[in-house]
Amino acid sequence: MKLDANQTNSITDKTNSKHWRSNRLVNVIETSDDALRNQSLDKLVQGLKVEELLVDCAALDQLWRTADNLYTQVRALFFLSAIHRYHLPKKFNRTQSTTGKIPFDSYRQLLERRFIEAIDSLLHAQSQNGPSDGISSALAQAYHELGFQRLADQVRKSVRTVRGNQWMFRTGHPDDHPLRFRPELIARDQVSPSFPILSETTAVRMDFSHSGWSDIFFLGMDFPAGAKVINASINLGVVDRDEQPRPPIECYLRVIDRPVLRLVSVDLKSTAEIQAISEVFDFAADYLGLLKAAVIASGIVPAGMDGCGEPIQPLLERLVGPGLGIEIVSKVNDIPKGSRLAVSTNLLGSLISLCMRATGQVSALAGKLTEPDRRIIAARAILGEWIGGSGGGWQDSGGVWPGIKLIEGAEATESDPEWEISRGRLLPRHSIFGLDEISQETRKKLQESLVLVHGGMAQNVGPILEMVTEKYLLRSAEEWQARIEAIELLEEIKTALLAGDIRAVGKATHRNFHGPLQKIIPWCTNLFTNTLIKKCQTTFGEQFWGFWMLGGMAGGGMGFIFDPAVKKEAQKWLKDTLQSTKKEFESRLPFAMEPVVYDFEINDQGTFGTLTPAANAQMPYEYYALLVPEWLKLEPRDLSALSRFEMETLGAEYRAKADASKFRILVESILPERDSESEASESLADLLNRYGFDREQHEQIRADLKSGRYGLAQNRLPINTSIEDVSPTDVLDTCNAINQTHVDLGSDAIRNGRVAVVTLAAGVGSRWTEGAGVVKGLYPFHQFAGKHRSFLEVHLAKSKKIGREYDRHFPHVITTGYLTDQPIQQHLTKFSNYHYPGDVLISPGQYVGLRTIPMMRDLQFQWEEMPQQMLDEQQEKMRASQRSSLIAWARQTGEGLDYRDNSPLQCLHPVGHWYEIPNLIRNGTLKRLLDDHPQLETLLLHNVDTLGANVDPGLLGVHLESKNCLSFEVIARRLEDRGGGLARVNGQPRLLEGLSMPREEDEFKLSFYNSMTTWIDLDRLLHVFGLNRDDLDNTVKVDASIRQLSSRMPTYITIKDVKKRWGHGQEDIFPVSQFEKLWSDMSGLPEITANYFVVPLARGQQLKQQAQLDAWLRDGTAEYVNAICDWD
Amino acid sequence: MSILKAVITAAAPDQKQLPLQSLVDQQGKTKTALQLIADEAVAAGVEEIAVIICPGEQENYLKAAGEHASRLTFIAQDNPRGYGDALLRAQRFVGDDRFLHLVSDHVYLSQHPRGYAGQLIDIANAENCAVSTVQPTRENLLPFFGTVGATRIANRKKLYEIKCVMEKPTPTQAEQYLIVAGLRASHYLCLSGMHILPPTIMTLLEKEMQTAKPDSNLALSPALEELAKSERYLATEVDGGRYNIGVQYGLLKAQVALALSGKDRDEILTELLNLVAESKPTARHTPSSGA
Repeated sequence: MKLDANQTNSITDKTNSKHWRSNRLVNVIETSDDALRNQSLDKLVQGLKVEELLVDCAALDQLWRTADNLYTQVRALFFLSAIHRYHLPKKFNRTQSTTGKIPFDSYRQLLERRFIEAIDSLLHAQSQNGPSDGISSALAQAYHELGFQRLADQVRKSVRTVRGNQWMFRTGHPDDHPLRFRPELIARDQVSPSFPILSETTAVRMDFSHSGWSDIFFLGMDFPAGAKVINASINLGVVDRDEQPRPPIECYLRVIDRPVLRLVSVDLKSTAEIQAISEVFDFAADYLGLLKAAVIASGIVPAGMDGCGEPIQPLLERLVGPGLGIEIVSKVNDIPKGSRLAVSTNLLGSLISLCMRATGQVSALAGKLTEPDRRIIAARAILGEWIGGSGGGWQDSGGVWPGIKLIEGAEATESDPEWEISRGRLLPRHSIFGLDEISQETRKKLQESLVLVHGGMAQNVGPILEMVTEKYLLRSAEEWQARIEAIELLEEIKTALLAGDIRAVGKATHRNFHGPLQKIIPWCTNLFTNTLIKKCQTTFGEQFWGFWMLGGMAGGGMGFIFDPAVKKEAQKWLKDTLQSTKKEFESRLPFAMEPVVYDFEINDQGTFGTLTPAANAQMPYEYYALLVPEWLKLEPRDLSALSRFEMETLGAEYRAKADASKFRILVESILPERDSESEASESLADLLNRYGFDREQHEQIRADLKSGRYGLAQNRLPINTSIEDVSPTDVLDTCNAINQTHVDLGSDAIRNGRVAVVTLAAGVGSRWTEGAGVVKGLYPFHQFAGKHRSFLEVHLAKSKKIGREYDRHFPHVITTGYLTDQPIQQHLTKFSNYHYPGDVLISPGQYVGLRTIPMMRDLQFQWEEMPQQMLDEQQEKMRASQRSSLIAWARQTGEGLDYRDNSPLQCLHPVGHWYEIPNLIRNGTLKRLLDDHPQLETLLLHNVDTLGANVDPGLLGVHLESKNCLSFEVIARRLEDRGGGLARVNGQPRLLEGLSMPREEDEFKLSFYNSMTTWIDLDRLLHVFGLNRDDLDNTVKVDASIRQLSSRMPTYITIKDVKKRWGHGQEDIFPVSQFEKLWSDMSGLPEITANYFVVPLARGQQLKQQAQLDAWLRDGTAEYVNAICDWD
Repeated sequence: MSILKAVITAAAPDQKQLPLQSLVDQQGKTKTALQLIADEAVAAGVEEIAVIICPGEQENYLKAAGEHASRLTFIAQDNPRGYGDALLRAQRFVGDDRFLHLVSDHVYLSQHPRGYAGQLIDIANAENCAVSTVQPTRENLLPFFGTVGATRIANRKKLYEIKCVMEKPTPTQAEQYLIVAGLRASHYLCLSGMHILPPTIMTLLEKEMQTAKPDSNLALSPALEELAKSERYLATEVDGGRYNIGVQYGLLKAQVALALSGKDRDEILTELLNLVAESKPTARHTPSSGA
């Protein structure tokens, strides 16, 4: 059934009247009866037809527009998003599934975060042209984004309106600054230029359970009764390195004798002297963003001064006095990123506490804090996270509190700013367990049982938190049940803790991880973690009491609970096992560092302040190691009296204690270390030689890049190129049943061994792991049939299934590149090609490129000319600041020069998938294939992430009958399908890359997106290269023919983000230039005869990023893939 | 019961000269600040005044007191321990009576027939409880004043019941504990240095003194905070203004205010306008924003 425009209009009219209020979905959202309210959307819309679903959508659309309550708005938005994403597409008829272009204006509005306008224009398009898959995909996205925007806005609004935070937003000028430093801090030493130092030590938090991520702000605000966390503040030490655990966070503050704000991060080795207020708000200029966020959130430089344009001196004069300044130093004792212990939130909390003590905003200058003090610090930490553009849950500042505590959501009361906006308050309630509840002995027993580790994986927990929020609002039956279970498990953990039964704690955290947590988010675990758990179980049996997931996901910080009798042994064993398991998986999963095993103890005092009088005031030695080399560069007369005095003090100390080993760190900071760069560049040269780097071509491209012949703007076709959508006769719709004759034709070809598969796995899938450089093909991304499976395993399982069916296991070629070749070869050997009965051949890459520093004009083009996703206000500021630093980096490092300042492998780049078939020819794989299978005629080429592509006999039959050289598979375009499509270019149908679209909006005229899956007639393709089967061992002819065809293919310049790792799991991202030639441009060659098959979405959809996984699982695609695989 | 006693604290060592400064009052008579403060108290009906002073200052103050000399009792604050301690020294003088408390660095000016202190005493008598004068003050001035958290008394203009008192609060504390409904945003009720206090304040100060660390200073605000918890304690905005002569240009401002509200108003206004018309900033002192 197709709804025409009139019908959709009548739906809107009908619901525009008051009827929408009585819609049952509206009732489910608005009711206060929990039994009704907690119904799942899936169940509510089961079996509905398109027109019924659209009536529901119209009512829900009215609801979010008119509701004041945050929950009502957001749940209505997520219902709408889910209906458009998961329910309508399944009900659309063929026409609706393949038509419906998204208006470019709507797309642009989405990018610019003008969500309401986007929704209006999309609804208008829907009412004009009828509903369609494309429009629904865009509406789903728009509602989803608007939902999250509303949530984020509310968190910000609440945190701004918390009493004690509001004044900071209206203090806009230094003259209005209402804070003063405590006089104790300005009391100078009588004999030296020293001032007292206020220091703060803070623990990190370790959560026993977060009841299914219930510490996400919105969950606590909407479902306070279900928001429960038990966490402990802990001190840490690294096993075999530190004598005993200590609070991992230390911060220092003092007045200095220069009118600047000096910020120092000892662990990130970064320091800045701030002279203007605007610099405090420039977060990306250095690594001091967190310190700056703390300075702002603590009110030293109130948020209202953003943009006031004043120097910082008058502000300092009011705070501390004329001629004086402030110095703030942070030091995290070697806890790497991704520890899942909320290090950054607690560091922020620690810094804020320090600054608030100094300005008298909390009661005590030193010592412990009171509960109201801790609450205002937690509120400020949330504010700081918003200002700094990061985000955490409400339990994260747990290290500010002492001991073990239960943190619960609290109902909003009339005096709260959240009253009538949400059911719960933004800030939760903390109840600290006393020693009479959880005894000292229990705490000791916990320390004797739990082995705390950092597995070394670096992952982004952000997408998981979004998935949790969405699932919570949709109340899918299984997930809702899991949430209830998680809350019960928290109670179980609490009971076990009160009873002192650590074994029961282990059992409960283990069940929590394997039960509710994975039911809600299957992606919170991974093969690395599962393997470790299995090894623990095998080695320690009953004495392994359970696994404990920390924070948002496993793989980084984790806990393993053992019988105290074996804990020591287990700790040592785990250290070795972590390392060996990491080695086993490091090409498949993103690791940022070597695993670490910690010692820990519970911190019973919470964040703690100490005031050291001026006479004894000294910063930690690491501080001097950072600052003294800078001071030595200055003339003594240019140094401040305080810096001079500190150097003299260090000198005197050194002379007094000749063996002082702590001076080693100071001396090492002054004497430079030998640079290992020369060795690194040698190995880069080796790599370039090994992987087929064409220096001549590189220099040519580099010269063209510098001269402006190549560049992002030059990728585009001339503006007068005519780009139109294809007509129905240009494509073959294969979604409906394919003629049996074709199926038979294809079946025969399979049975007779006339087909082979080529899986493109040369790239590392930088979007998949956000540039971490692991092998995407080997990434164990999802559990099928109870086991984590990699992309390659899925492809071989599909081939296995068809092979079994036709009793002929066709050859399977996997193309590899310089980054993926060795790991794939080793992996396939180790796992015996996943027991694929046919031939598995590896086709190693023959070409590699060397990345270059981007041209400033390309960066500007990318960031300013191309439409891109606008971020929310604060993140946008961060990004603007980052970009200006990156442009400065490109200018200083030298535009167009070779990019060498990274690990050698990160400096190379793959040269595009056009080269994959030439590789097959050049490296002899094709020849081998044809020698062994001379009857081979057709290749099915597909991307490693196109999980639904298989040797479908029907499609093969259609391709064979057409006798065309290439048959490309295309899918109906959805919003996320960007980067090109099927078009009539100057009247000729061909695939067009997004990079070469003359105008951005041209892409939105196109109905079909290129899935990259291609059926290839081998002999016809060889003919295009000017070759035939007999030429394949004539390397001279092969090389010449490839070079000749290559010169006819367009060269695209692209900007890629690469990660540079340093320190303890720290990462920087740099944009670099590289070039590529793309396979789809083959369709533009006049001698190529091509078909375009429209295939179902499930077959053509590509899994590009991990954030897609949840939707992929829920929209039925995962099930589709599972059904076409043979896991036996 | 009417209020017949007043206590003026003037013992802060850095401010001991302030009450001796000369000003010209509204009638054109030259008086010391001490005389003006005493005038205010006496006009309100006070008969006896205790002045807490630094040891050795009695003679100077006696000279400065003019016609009020006979009403004054001087109490020297040796081994001073802050504002609270200064007030506590008047314990014997106060006895069991309620008293008016003023600070010596403020000059008060009111067009009201009862004067500044008179209005306060009238309210204290009517309500029969402790009352302090307050002034709505912007939050950027919080570092200079004691501030109260209070609720407005229904149907009473500018009368509040005090819930808590904090000395020089930060805006963070002010927002959490000191917001008063009906005031403009970012404004708080700051104490303006004049109070009617019951004799129990002395007991509270005494208690504070006993629990304080040796050598630490005693503030008045904690005792006022205790007072608010233990008995009815009101705050009121009275007609008129107070001028702090202890801050930069404070004396000048007080003098201009006095003159502009007195018999020489026209003459002073003319002089001021002349000064404004003829004045020119010298290059050396031009404010940086105008350079």
